[in-house]
Amino acid sequence: MRLVCFSIAFFIASIFLAPKNAVAAPPAESGAGRPRVNLWHAYRGDEEAALHRALEAYRRLTEVEVEALAIPFEAYGSKLAAAVPRGHGPDVFIEAHERLGVYARDALVAPAGDAFPDEDLARYDATSVEAVSKGGVRYGVPLASKCLALFVNEQLVPREIAYLEELLALPGLAPGNYPLAYEATSAFFHAPFLHAFGGSFLGADGHFAFAELSSARALGFVKHLADEQLIPEEPSGTLVIDLFASGRAAAVVSGPWLAGELGNKVRYRVQPLPKLAAAGQGVMRPFLTVETAMLSPKGAARPEARAFARWLGSTASAVVRAEKGHQVVATLAAWDAPAVKSDALLVAFHRAVESAVPTPSTLAMRAAWEPANRAIRKVLRGDTEPEDALHEAATRFEDATRPLPPAASPWGALAVAGFSAVAGIVYFVRRARMPRFRRALAASLPSYAYAAPATLAITLLVIVPLAAGAATSLFVGTREDPRYVGLANYVAILTARGAGLFAQGSFYRTLLVTVSWMTVNIVFHVVIGVALGLLLSRPAMRLKGLYRVLLIVPWAVPSYVTALAWKGMFHKQFGSLNAMLATFGFEPRAWFARFDTAFSANVATNVWLGFPFMMVVAMAALTNVPQEVMEAAELDGASRWKRLRFVTLPMIAPTLIPAIALGAAWTFNMFNVVFLVSGGEPDGSTDILVSEAYRWAFTRDAQYGYAAAYAVLIFVVLSLMSRLLTRLRGPEGQTP
Amino acid sequence: MTGPRFTRWAEGALVHAALWGAVLAALYPVLWVVSTALSPRELTVKPRAIPWPSAPSLENFRTVVGATDAAKAQLFLTQVGNSLVVSLATAFIAVAVATPAAYALARFEFVGQKASLRTLLATQLFPTVASAVPLYLLLDALNLLDSRSGLVLVYAASAVPFALFQLRASFQAVPPELEEAAMVDGATRFGAFRLVAVPAIRPALAVTALFAVMSSWNEFILASTLLSRETSFTLPVVLQRYVGEYDAAWGPFAAGSILVSLPVMGIFYVLQRHLVAGLTSGAVKG
Repeated sequence: MRLVCFSIAFFIASIFLAPKNAVAAPPAESGAGRPRVNLWHAYRGDEEAALHRALEAYRRLTEVEVEALAIPFEAYGSKLAAAVPRGHGPDVFIEAHERLGVYARDALVAPAGDAFPDEDLARYDATSVEAVSKGGVRYGVPLASKCLALFVNEQLVPREIAYLEELLALPGLAPGNYPLAYEATSAFFHAPFLHAFGGSFLGADGHFAFAELSSARALGFVKHLADEQLIPEEPSGTLVIDLFASGRAAAVVSGPWLAGELGNKVRYRVQPLPKLAAAGQGVMRPFLTVETAMLSPKGAARPEARAFARWLGSTASAVVRAEKGHQVVATLAAWDAPAVKSDALLVAFHRAVESAVPTPSTLAMRAAWEPANRAIRKVLRGDTEPEDALHEAATRFEDATRPLPPAASPWGALAVAGFSAVAGIVYFVRRARMPRFRRALAASLPSYAYAAPATLAITLLVIVPLAAGAATSLFVGTREDPRYVGLANYVAILTARGAGLFAQGSFYRTLLVTVSWMTVNIVFHVVIGVALGLLLSRPAMRLKGLYRVLLIVPWAVPSYVTALAWKGMFHKQFGSLNAMLATFGFEPRAWFARFDTAFSANVATNVWLGFPFMMVVAMAALTNVPQEVMEAAELDGASRWKRLRFVTLPMIAPTLIPAIALGAAWTFNMFNVVFLVSGGEPDGSTDILVSEAYRWAFTRDAQYGYAAAYAVLIFVVLSLMSRLLTRLRGPEGQTP
Repeated sequence: MTGPRFTRWAEGALVHAALWGAVLAALYPVLWVVSTALSPRELTVKPRAIPWPSAPSLENFRTVVGATDAAKAQLFLTQVGNSLVVSLATAFIAVAVATPAAYALARFEFVGQKASLRTLLATQLFPTVASAVPLYLLLDALNLLDSRSGLVLVYAASAVPFALFQLRASFQAVPPELEEAAMVDGATRFGAFRLVAVPAIRPALAVTALFAVMSSWNEFILASTLLSRETSFTLPVVLQRYVGEYDAAWGPFAAGSILVSLPVMGIFYVLQRHLVAGLTSGAVKG
């Protein structure tokens, strides 16, 4: 039993003894040394450096030690949501004001109190103050603003642009160059056009105003720009930068972050977005994001945290952040500092901020982005007329923000749970009385010793969290204020929320897509993986190690970056696939404009990412095939296929089948490729069930219960499928 | 004699050609990543089939490797160390925990065997949309938040189900006669397991370990949720920092991705040497 004992000992030791290089931060109030304030932010580069510099200044000023932690943006919200309710996490965190709605609802943020007293009202510009306030309560200290502006190539456009039309009619542009480039398929970048036409995403009362006539006109205008090739197709952020930096776009719409990317590759000027003559001289007002120092409930209770948050908005801090971090600071007095006043870029952005509209921080706004994005993409692809797309968007918005189901009585569920518990106990007691069972149990004891560590680990760290996740499917609302609704979430999903059962985005249609996604992927994975495994297991094979290492590269490189590289290869204008097609005389294709090509793009990426796993498993399985069989196959050419079919494959099948079964389940739930490559394009048709669940959890109003119900349904579907397959394989088929 | 010899030679050439084709297909998308990594600022404005930077430079690699914390102490090597420790410990624990359990599942009959196999499979069918927060609560209760040990436990536990299935199938492929012979010679059941059965499934152990290394090496969501200090971050968290809300520093991100994949390939190179046929063949009739 040495090994078992050893592994158990190691297991326990790793819990208690392993180098805890990072024991949870010492309690903030600990008497030893200076009081600490924890600060979280997602700044990078110059902004981060400027923040650190400001913190150094604060350190000299006070007794307080501020510990800053930079967190990847992608994990920021979920980390806050996990840590703050448990009393961990930061005292102060920097976050965009538009998330205030969610954070206030989830009690992640507390009112600023004396971090923002009335006497500070004159310290900040009025728009910023408005942005950090909700229902008359100020929820943070405004630090800096970000909004879109017009970057203009000085050589191509000598003077300030008053009307966008001047730019569009720019003379002397070489063919293939663009007067304007911006991320036209994003609602955030579309907002200035919408605002110029007098439209908005949400009405004052929170209704979905994006479906109104002015929106259709704005969309029609942008579609016209695309049709006339005045703006590039499928414009990603990178493409916009590259076009501008190489002088192939005369002007781009972008934010302060672009300045850092451009360096001194191109001579440019920044000005506020112009007016639009086509929109009756409406001003292209961009959305404004106010980065805000917010206090967690824990931080709001601590005077030193509040004092620090207040100081972050002070002139001293603002000047450092403006000068070193190039932030358009909200603190008015900072703009009198010579170094700030003389920074042309900063001043230009400051001007741009004046015409900007703060992004609504309501929950409805969060639910509005996705329908708006989809409508814009659909129109730009030429799939539908603006009116129809907007009508669809409105339906989608209603769907995402529909009223939550009423509370259900938990007694039914409790009765079922209680009854099954009693029935289970009765069943086990009766069985335990049977002598045969007792003997079997006694005979099982040695096996239990072998299985104990694994059982413990899986129960505690896999099954319990999954069960807790599954249980949330019976609730709606937030984690702090859940409401039991019984099976309402399931009913809503399975009835497609009142829409057609096979409508776009319905459970059944997405299920079909998911099943084909899984099937196609797994077939390619297995065929390619086993074929390469066979080649790499030939007994006398040169360079075996080299091939093996090179062929697992797709598995080794982080998939986030390679999936994006694949997406780039499928770009309509600048992708290498279309470049190759062009050399053979084919027309370039818009890969993400049709379901079949977008789906194929996803599959190609995922097959590429996943074949090395199957290959490695196949190589391991092939080690069970005796050398003689492999060698015999070498010599005996004629019957080689038969040997493979009737000897080798049956021999490796038992070890391959678990990997294939699990691989199939993982593929079923492989959302990140779909997210990164097609992003569900066109129009959500390539979304699979899990990506749909993620959208409910993270983009549509944070409906975790709804997402969990999706997860449980996925589980049910997969269980039924595995049952069915076991049945088909007959009595000797094993699990899985 | 030239006939069969030539066929053999031609066949070998064909196999190598096929493998080089596969290698090209495997490396081509990575070339774009390499190209981005080597360019101070990649310009993609011309559609190209072969990615190569116009002015290659190692600037992005320097940015990644030279990352420092607020106190100007170097971070990258510490974080590489974190990732290595976490991945290797995960692999070790996952394999150590799964091997005896897989053996029991393969060789013994016990009450609850079928149910445990079904449960194991079930854990893999459930998407992990919402398990980050329950895990956070759990580690909080165990006082293991923000420690590498806590992360290792979570990773190891999630790698165990696959390991169990894989190792169980491999144990089943080992002829039981081998262990029976050992026990006739006086070995205990556990001795037969340790000295005969475990060495016989070395390839599967290697694959299982590799799988555990991989799944923890590139994991981002849990690592960033559970760790709260720059010095305890693992590499995926560090890399993801280059992607911001509005823009991303793709150059350093790509450079970091390449650096991150090198140790994994090293680990694989070591492990793949265990993927050799013939460990059990010949031991029993054949």
